[in-house]
Amino acid sequence: MTTRTTSLDRALAANTWFVYAFFYLPILVLVVFSFNASTRVGIWRGFSTRWYGEVLRNPEVLDALKNSLIVAALSTVAATVIGTAAALAIDRYRFRGRRGLDGILYLPIIIPDVTMAVMMLLFFARAFALIDAAGPRFQLGIGSITLSHIAFNISFVAVVVRARLGQLDGSLEEAARDLYANSWQTFRRVTLPLILPGVLGGALLALTLSLDDVVVTAFVSGPGSTTLPVYVFGLVRRGVSPAINAISTIMLVASIGLVALSLVFQRGPKASRNTEMIKETT
Amino acid sequence: MKRWLGVLVALMLVAAACGGSEEAAVSTSDCGPGDTDGDLSFYNWAEYIDPDLIDAFEAEYGISVEYTEYESNEEMLAQVEAGAAVYDLVVPSDYMVDTMIQEDLLVKLNKDAIPNLGNLDDAFTNLPFDEAGDFSVPYQWGTTGIGVNVGAIGEGFDPSWALLFDADVADQYQGRISLLDDPLEAMVAALHYAGYTLEEVIADNNLDAIAEAEAILAEANARVAKYDSVNFGDDLVTGEVDIAHGWSGGFFASFAEADNADELVYIIPKEGGVRWVDNMAIPVTAEHPCSASTMINFILDAENGATLTNWNYYGSPNEASEAFILPEILEDEAIYPSGDALENLEFIPQVGELGLELQDAFTRSKS
Amino acid sequence: MTSEQRTAALIAEPGLEAAATAADRKRGLLLALPAYVYLLLFFVLPFLIVFVYSFATRSATGATRLSDWNLLAYQKLFDSLVVQIVWRSFWIASLTTIICLVMAYPFAYYIATRRPAVRNVLLVLVMIPFWSNFLIRTYAWRFILGTDGPIATLTDALGMEPVRLLFTNAAVMIGLVYGFLPFMVLPLYAAIERLDWSLVEAARDLYASGWSAFRKVTLPLTRSGIIAGSLLVFVPSFGAYVTPAILGGSKDLLLGSYIVTQFQQARNWPFGSALSIVVMVFMLAALMIRARTGAEEV
Repeated sequence: MTTRTTSLDRALAANTWFVYAFFYLPILVLVVFSFNASTRVGIWRGFSTRWYGEVLRNPEVLDALKNSLIVAALSTVAATVIGTAAALAIDRYRFRGRRGLDGILYLPIIIPDVTMAVMMLLFFARAFALIDAAGPRFQLGIGSITLSHIAFNISFVAVVVRARLGQLDGSLEEAARDLYANSWQTFRRVTLPLILPGVLGGALLALTLSLDDVVVTAFVSGPGSTTLPVYVFGLVRRGVSPAINAISTIMLVASIGLVALSLVFQRGPKASRNTEMIKETT
Repeated sequence: MKRWLGVLVALMLVAAACGGSEEAAVSTSDCGPGDTDGDLSFYNWAEYIDPDLIDAFEAEYGISVEYTEYESNEEMLAQVEAGAAVYDLVVPSDYMVDTMIQEDLLVKLNKDAIPNLGNLDDAFTNLPFDEAGDFSVPYQWGTTGIGVNVGAIGEGFDPSWALLFDADVADQYQGRISLLDDPLEAMVAALHYAGYTLEEVIADNNLDAIAEAEAILAEANARVAKYDSVNFGDDLVTGEVDIAHGWSGGFFASFAEADNADELVYIIPKEGGVRWVDNMAIPVTAEHPCSASTMINFILDAENGATLTNWNYYGSPNEASEAFILPEILEDEAIYPSGDALENLEFIPQVGELGLELQDAFTRSKS
Repeated sequence: MTSEQRTAALIAEPGLEAAATAADRKRGLLLALPAYVYLLLFFVLPFLIVFVYSFATRSATGATRLSDWNLLAYQKLFDSLVVQIVWRSFWIASLTTIICLVMAYPFAYYIATRRPAVRNVLLVLVMIPFWSNFLIRTYAWRFILGTDGPIATLTDALGMEPVRLLFTNAAVMIGLVYGFLPFMVLPLYAAIERLDWSLVEAARDLYASGWSAFRKVTLPLTRSGIIAGSLLVFVPSFGAYVTPAILGGSKDLLLGSYIVTQFQQARNWPFGSALSIVVMVFMLAALMIRARTGAEEV
C-alpha cells in the first residue's frame, strides 16, 4: 500500500464515521430528550420518566397500539403465506401467466404509497357501494387496513423469498425427491427448512412495513381504527412534544428489537438476514 | 389491447350504474327525545370537545361514543361521501352544510327529538346556509383573525391584515408568520385586505379580484414560515412564529396554557374577515340517527353548551348557556365581538364553480 | 434454475418429460393462484378504478359524478402550476438521490473492504436505522430543527443568531436523505462486496492512476448497485408525502402532497386520479430502465 491509498483510506474512514453520526445523532438526541423532565421540549430540566408514564397510561395510544398490532399480525401472516407460495411458483415452476405475475408482483413495491392510498380508497368506496346495494353494511376500518397492507406486503415477502431461493442449490431437492417421492414431504423436510431464513426475513420485513405505514392506512381507516403511526403522525403535525419523544423512543427500541431478532435468524455468514435484505433490494 | 378496452368500458358502465343510486333511507322521524339506537360514532374537529362531556353523555345514556377527529371540512367530506366510513354525527362549517345539503348527504332532522333547540340564540336560527335549520344545528361559532405575540413585535401595531400582507409592515417579520393552510380562509383574508368580500366576488364572478388576492398571497409567501391549520396557536406560544392567521378559539385554548399568556393577543382585523358557525348534522350514511339526535340535544343543554365554550373558547350559539359561561369569556370582545366588528365579518359562502379557481390560486401563491 | 436442470435431466426420457411438465404446470399455477387472485382483486382492480375515475366529472360542489366521461383532468396536467409541481418534485428527488449516492458510495465501499468480523458489525449498524420507523426518524428532524429544539437552544445559549431551516426545501431534503439513505447503502454494499478484486488489481497495474482504475473498472462493475440504489431513493422521494408534511410547512408543494390535496382539500377526485396515473407511468418507466440496464444482475 502506498501512502496515497492510506490517505484515501483515511478520507473513506472519515466519511464513514460522518455517515454513522448522521444516522445516529438525531435518534440519540431524540432518545435523550425523551427523558427530559421539562414540558418545554428543548430545555433540559433534569432526568425523568414522567412522559413514559403519561404515554403508557394514555388510552388513545393503547388503542392505536392494539389496532396496529392486530393489523400487523394478520397482514404479516397472510402476506407471508401468499408471498412465499408465489415466490416458489415463480422460481420453481413454469406455468401460464408466470411472467404476468412476476410483473404485477413488482408494482406494489415501486409505486409511491400516495398512489397506493388513492387506489385503495377509491376501491373500497366503490366496493362498499356495491356491497351496500346488496344488503350488508361494511365500512372502512381494521378490515380494510389489513386488506391493503396484505396487498403491498405480498410483493415484499415474495421478493425476499425469491432471493433466498436463488441462492439455493436445487440438487438437495432433487435428492430428496428421489428419497421421499412425495412432493409435500420434499417441501416440508427440505425446501421449507432451506428457505426458512428467507421466509422469516420476508415476514419481518412485512411486519415492519405494516407497522411503518401512515399514508395508505390514513386513507382507508374509519371510525375507531386509528393505528399507532397514524396517531403519531397526527400528533407530529400538531407540533413537537415530550410525549411524542417518549412514544418515538419506545418505537425505536421495538425496531432495534426486531433487528436483534433478525440476527437470530442468521444461519451461517452467507445466509445472513442482512444478505437477504440486500439481495432483496438489488 | 381490445380486451382491455372492453374491460374498461364494462367497468365504467358498472361504476356509472352504481353511482348515485345512494338512497336516503335513514330517517330521524321515529326518534324521540332521549332515544338511543346504538353506540354513537361522532366525527368532529380536532380538539373541539371537552372529553368530560363525552363521558357524561356515555354515563347518562348508557351507550358508548366512538369519537374520531378531522382537521378540515374537506377531509370530513371525503370520508362521508366515499360512503365507506359510517359516522352518525358530523360537524361541518357553514359552507360545507350548504354543500352537503346540495349533495343530499344530510338527513332531515326531527325537531321533536331535539327539545333543547329552543335554547338557541335567535341570531342562530336563521342562518343563510340552512335557513329553516332542517339539516343542521349550530355547535359553536367563532371568527378568523390574527394572533400576535406582542412581546416580540411590540404594542403599537395596527390591527389589520397588513400585519400579514403589507410589505412595509410584514417584512420586519420575515419567516415569523404563519397562514392557515386553507384555500378559502387564506383567499378571503387577502380579498378583505384588498377591499373585497368573497360574497361580492362570487356574485360578480370577479376573477380579477381573485388574481389580485393571489398576487397578495404570492408576495406574502416569501415571508411565511409555514401554512398550518392545526398548530397556529401553539406555534405562537412556543415562538415558532410571532404572527399567526388562525381561528379564535384555537388561539385562546393555546394561550390558556402558555407561560407568556399576557404577551399574546388575538385580533379581528379592522377590514373584517370571516365569521363561521360549525354545525352538528347527521349524514345519510348514519346507522344510529336517534343516538345522534340525542347527542345534539345533549350539546344544546344549557350547562353542557357552557362546558363546551369554557373548554374550547369558541362562542356558543346557545342563549341559555350564557348563565354558565365564565364571565371573562363572555365579556371578551375577541371571542364575542359586537357592533361594527361583527358587522364586517362574513360567512364563507358556498363557492360553487369558483371553488377550483380559488383552490388553484392558493396553491399557485404557495409555489 | 432447478426446473431447467430437471428438464435437462428429463430430456433423456421424453415420455416422462411431458407428464412431469404438465404436473409441474398445475402445481405452479396452484401455488401462484392466491397471489394472483389477491393482487388482481386488491391491486389491479383498484388501479383500473383509479383509471376510470380519472375520466369522471367533478360537480360544482366537488362531488365526483361517474358520468359524462371527459379528459379535463388530463388537460389540467399541463397547467403551469402542475408542471411546476412535477418539476420541483423531480429535481428535489434527483438531488436527494445524488446526495445519497455521494454519501453512500464511499461509505459502502469502506464497509465492504473491512475484515468480515468488522464488516458484520458495521452492517448491523446500518440495519438499525433501516428498520427503524420512518415517521419517527423524520420526526427526529422536526424536533431537532424546531425553534424549541436542541439546536435553537444551543445557538441561543451561545448568543448566536438562530438558523431557520425548518419548513424550507433544505429541511425537506435533509429529511428525505435521512429517510432513504439506507436504501442506497445496502444495494451499493452488495454490489461492491461482489466485486472481483483481481480485476481491480489488474486495472491498477494497467492504468497507473487509482482514479482511472476506479472510473474504468470499479464503477462499471458496481453499476447495478448504483442503479438499484438510485431507484430505491428516487421513487419514494418523488412521491413523498410524510416528509414534506412534517418538515415542509406545506410550502412549495410536492407531488405527493399535491395528490393528497386533491382528495382532502380541493375535492377533485378525477384530477387526483389522473395525477396518480401519471406517477404510476413514471414509475413503470423507471422499472423498465432498470430491467433493461440491470436485469443481468438479478
